[in-house]
Amino acid sequence: MTISKSRGHVVINTEECKGCELCIEACPSDVLFLSDKFNTHGYHPSAYKGEDCTGCGICFYTCPEPGAITVFKRWDLMTETAACSHCGGDYKVFHTDEKPEALICTNCLKPVKDSQ
Amino acid sequence: MNTILKKSSSFFDVYERRPGSDKLTTTYCPGCGHGVLHKLIAEALDDFGVREKTIFISPVGCSVFAYYYFHTGNVQVAHGRAPAAATGIKRAHPGSIVISYQGDGDLAAIGTAEIIHAANRGEGITVFFVNNAVYGMTGGQMAPTTLIGQKTMTTPRGRSVENDGYPIRMSEIIATLDAPVFVERVMIGDTKSTMHTRQTVRKALKLQIEKNGFSFIEVLAACPSQLKMTPSRSKLWVKEVLEKRFPLGVCKDISGEFEGRKFTRKDVKNDELHDILDLETAQVDLEKISRFQDKPINEEIKVAGFGGQGVLSLGTVLSEMGMRHNYEVSWLPSYGPEMRGGTANCSVKISKKKIGSPLVANPTILIAMNRPSLDKFENDVVSGGLIIYDDSLIDRKPVRDDVDIIPIPATKLADELGNTKAANMVIVGALITVKEIMSQQIILDSLGDVLKRKNLVELNQKAILRGAEYIKNLKK
Repeated sequence: MTISKSRGHVVINTEECKGCELCIEACPSDVLFLSDKFNTHGYHPSAYKGEDCTGCGICFYTCPEPGAITVFKRWDLMTETAACSHCGGDYKVFHTDEKPEALICTNCLKPVKDSQ
Repeated sequence: MNTILKKSSSFFDVYERRPGSDKLTTTYCPGCGHGVLHKLIAEALDDFGVREKTIFISPVGCSVFAYYYFHTGNVQVAHGRAPAAATGIKRAHPGSIVISYQGDGDLAAIGTAEIIHAANRGEGITVFFVNNAVYGMTGGQMAPTTLIGQKTMTTPRGRSVENDGYPIRMSEIIATLDAPVFVERVMIGDTKSTMHTRQTVRKALKLQIEKNGFSFIEVLAACPSQLKMTPSRSKLWVKEVLEKRFPLGVCKDISGEFEGRKFTRKDVKNDELHDILDLETAQVDLEKISRFQDKPINEEIKVAGFGGQGVLSLGTVLSEMGMRHNYEVSWLPSYGPEMRGGTANCSVKISKKKIGSPLVANPTILIAMNRPSLDKFENDVVSGGLIIYDDSLIDRKPVRDDVDIIPIPATKLADELGNTKAANMVIVGALITVKEIMSQQIILDSLGDVLKRKNLVELNQKAILRGAEYIKNLKK
């Protein structure tokens, strides 16, 4: 995976999204859209276009579901990569300036600490 | 602000308490305001590092299941009573952070009294009041905060002032009180207002953490399901319509000059409690009660008469004395609002076995001190039971022929002793002579411990002896 030049990065947990569309409407950069796929609850979840997220976090604070949206700020400053034992990939990127216990895999969102 | 905005650790990772297969999402509808406020509170608890000592009180309403989600201490309380429960919790655990989370039906309707008084006492709690102008969980009925003209399930033509009054502004009401430290109305509408709500939530919690100040945060939020709007449209409605009636802003803020509320819990040891409650410590003299040891005693006694005849105290004397004989006892009074006059009765159980219920439906012993009591309870007495009645006041004989019947002119005998009110003790003397369930000597000896008015002990002892004597003469 090439490291994106976007300032931020957003991960939508499709199973927790209820498709209320509030994040899509609130996003100032207009980088979220409603997926045409269904999740298992029958909702069309929200999805990220893949670039141009600024990491402002507005979608996070607009979303009523505690775990549906995760926002990584300062994404462009992340250079280190490491492997995540949860999702099996070897290309996942971790923040390095956070407290170790706060680090999570940017792909599967599971804590890094117990994967190493 | 954190560099990763993720699910707060003040939420459970997996909502194990939630029934069904979906343990990852909340029970809230898409676009519900509760979820956002939950996130703001959880984030603040995380950032202030107080999750472990937080006790979250779930109300009745859509947020009734908040304890599915919050990884804190949780209590779910009766409808509207969250501030009352919060008061008790905070006082029992002064170091904890107590959050009372309520909706408009819960706080502004059924629980109005509780919130007003908790606020007036300035309890060191934080109250989050979610106002969405409708009863969400129960199907969209009118709430106290429903707007004039707003159509709901119970106001199909719109809320009318004539019929339903005006929408209540709770923040303004709370702000008139002296004790609350911080009262503000905020909104989960557009991004700006939500971010301001975030600051307010943090300020309110900080106030509790640092100074134990009472804060009341009213949060205007959308209920897309009951407003029958899209989530996006419902938020617009909150901003453009609801906010007109409920203006945003600080209603009261004395957090600057507020010096903090000190409340320390007083732990009372068991011995002290004994003294505070003025409990007597009765010794059971096993030697003196040895002759009752082998009897299978299980009496259910109904004592009934006019209020003022000493009906209830007759019952307490019997049960107190029962304890001194190592019996299991119970005493249950039933009386009207009058101190004198009216009718009163009490149920007493005296048993060798543990007592399951203090209720007496079919007494083995009926003590009737007036005519209405005899009329009312005579037929309830078990076959083979005993009726003792005051024949100086009751002008008829019992009609039952399957029970023992003892008439005793208790009031007349007490009168002769100099005090009509000792009639109840005359009956005690009679009862323990007829039914040998207690020792007369123990009763006479410990009467001084049981009676509140010590100057009457001698008179009552005489009355007991008089009652016993009367029965002995009767038997001859």
